[in-house]
Amino acid sequence: MMSRNVALNVEFLTRIEGHGHIVVDVVDGVLRKAELKIVEAPRFFEAMLQGRSIFEAQHITSRICGICACSHSLASIQAAEEAIGYVPSTQTVKLRKLLLHVENLDSHLLHIYFLAAPDLLGVQSLMGLMTDHSGVVRRALRMKKACNDICDTLVGRHVHPISAVVGGFTKLPQKRELENIRAILQELIDELDPTVDLIAALTFPDFIRETEYVALCSDDGEYPLLTGDAGSTDGVRRAKEDYRTITNEFLVSHSSAKHARLSRGSYSVGALARFNLNFDKLHPLARTVADKIGLTAPCYNPFLNTAAQLVECAHCAAEALRIVEELIDNGVDQSERVIVGVNENCSIPVRAGSGVGAVEAPRGLLFHHYQVDDRGIIRQANCVIPTGQNLQNIEDDMRKLVPEILEKSEDEITRILEMLVRAYDPCISCSTHFLDVHFIGR
Amino acid sequence: MMGRPKVAFFDLASCEGCQLQIANLGEALLDVLGAIDLVEFREVMSNSWNGTYDLAFVEGSVVNHEAEERLRKIRERSDKLIAYGSCATIGGVNGIKNRRLLSESQSEVYGDKAQWYPTIRTRALHQLVKVDYFINGCPIYPDEFLRVLKAALTGVSYHVPDYAVCVECKFNENVCLYDKGVTCLGPVTRAGCNSWCVNNGNVCYGCRGLVSNPNRAGAEEVLSTYGLSGELIANKMMMYNAALETDDE
Repeated sequence: MMSRNVALNVEFLTRIEGHGHIVVDVVDGVLRKAELKIVEAPRFFEAMLQGRSIFEAQHITSRICGICACSHSLASIQAAEEAIGYVPSTQTVKLRKLLLHVENLDSHLLHIYFLAAPDLLGVQSLMGLMTDHSGVVRRALRMKKACNDICDTLVGRHVHPISAVVGGFTKLPQKRELENIRAILQELIDELDPTVDLIAALTFPDFIRETEYVALCSDDGEYPLLTGDAGSTDGVRRAKEDYRTITNEFLVSHSSAKHARLSRGSYSVGALARFNLNFDKLHPLARTVADKIGLTAPCYNPFLNTAAQLVECAHCAAEALRIVEELIDNGVDQSERVIVGVNENCSIPVRAGSGVGAVEAPRGLLFHHYQVDDRGIIRQANCVIPTGQNLQNIEDDMRKLVPEILEKSEDEITRILEMLVRAYDPCISCSTHFLDVHFIGR
Repeated sequence: MMGRPKVAFFDLASCEGCQLQIANLGEALLDVLGAIDLVEFREVMSNSWNGTYDLAFVEGSVVNHEAEERLRKIRERSDKLIAYGSCATIGGVNGIKNRRLLSESQSEVYGDKAQWYPTIRTRALHQLVKVDYFINGCPIYPDEFLRVLKAALTGVSYHVPDYAVCVECKFNENVCLYDKGVTCLGPVTRAGCNSWCVNNGNVCYGCRGLVSNPNRAGAEEVLSTYGLSGELIANKMMMYNAALETDDE
């Protein structure tokens, strides 16, 4: 097979912004090209933010992504508050952490059930499991809705949260609502057991590539999702304000999403990166799940990002429950409710400045950076999205993976490469693709 | 229609949050799926379909030539086309970029590589093709989605309310946000969301588009009563409605 030629072109839509293609070219058994083309329709969010009020930033930027709208909101609010010099209350931070846990849980469940499971069970979609595994489908929909119901109570809805704003929350949960959330979380935790069994029974492709992983890190005992410095498994650690020296974004002609690199040619962010960097800070329930599915840190198999997501599901559900119980016990101070608008009522003091938000979104480290003038008008904005940071790493994985699977059929090569891309849970976990495989000179 | 109607979901420039609202229906989704034959839904399915669609839901706005071409092709293959979510019905936040020179936005984001990323003025779907049903909202309101789906499946029309969000807001007994010193677009925005944002303590951002004949004088009177600037309102209206402005404005 040494002299094999493969010209592979997989086209699929990605949820990030339009089309992505996988392009692989092998000539005489030598890999010439392995690219993940992102041909998105750019929406120019950073340009749209210029001239708008800093109090509108979270509303606009949550529209970057429907799946991780809460993460964008939280990163945006964090950047905005630092820019104008506003310090949120302890209660506000606690509620934001709760929201982030629920979003990570929600998004991971979507990926595990709607995307990864169909791949691994050999069906076209989750609905394809209705015939033989209707229990799995119903459970997936139930769990997804459970997360959604919690977000409805916390912030009005999950897709584009309403009440999370600069300054705090425009609505705060009542005790009865928190008790309801507690009950939902307890049910969710019960449903995690069969979810773990499902994943434990699946076989992931066996592939290893030693990689630099980047995630938030901190010196306290908490698994960092909302606060911390940016750190890497190659020993880099920098304040979030220095994010540009972490991401080192560069443009490549075959992708309208910017690529990133740090100590080497590429790095990876996401559940597996967090697991590798902060394993010892996971909730005991999450460690139990990791043991059950045999996931240990450091793990260099990118396909197991899905497994790391499952571990995080347990962590986020357990931590969310802990926070909710704390809120029930200590009560929620309803007087902290804010009415902000675009600060017409001047309820929040504003100063000129610059602020960076760094939040662990489901797909990895997300940065928002704003510079505002003394009226709170955005002069400059920059957002660095997790999927963009992963693109170069996915290509590097493909370069190592393709030669290892060259003996397989073209359909199989395609399927494995699609699974690889999907394992990263790119911000559009899109399963559609049509494919055009040419074997030249066989 | 022979058998169950063929239904497909497509997305142009958007965040896909409106499609995600479907996955958030929970087990009720299974009832919906029982009534239709879902032939394409790229967000969650690998299936694709080469025939015609009885109903095509299109999320997102048109921001490049490729999308315009795609939209026209979808229109050709569809009996009924449904604009799904604010990006599709009014251009949504994607329209904000129409307020500046396109070249400025391009170089702001992509610097000297701007020419690699062509873009055109953001357009809502009906500015390019015939649209049979409109489901407004950023994101769509699931109850309204189900209402429109039923209407489209039975072939009756659906009329988006042409009265203000305030109507629903009053039903929900919310205290007016103007009384709290902030500006709200409720008085000029189409209802149908059950005053979702105000119920949660925030203001209305106007995501469902303006009523067909907004009471400008009334809005100005309210603003001056509360000592708020009209500029605020004008700027807010441009968050969602900029794409509907004509080129020469």
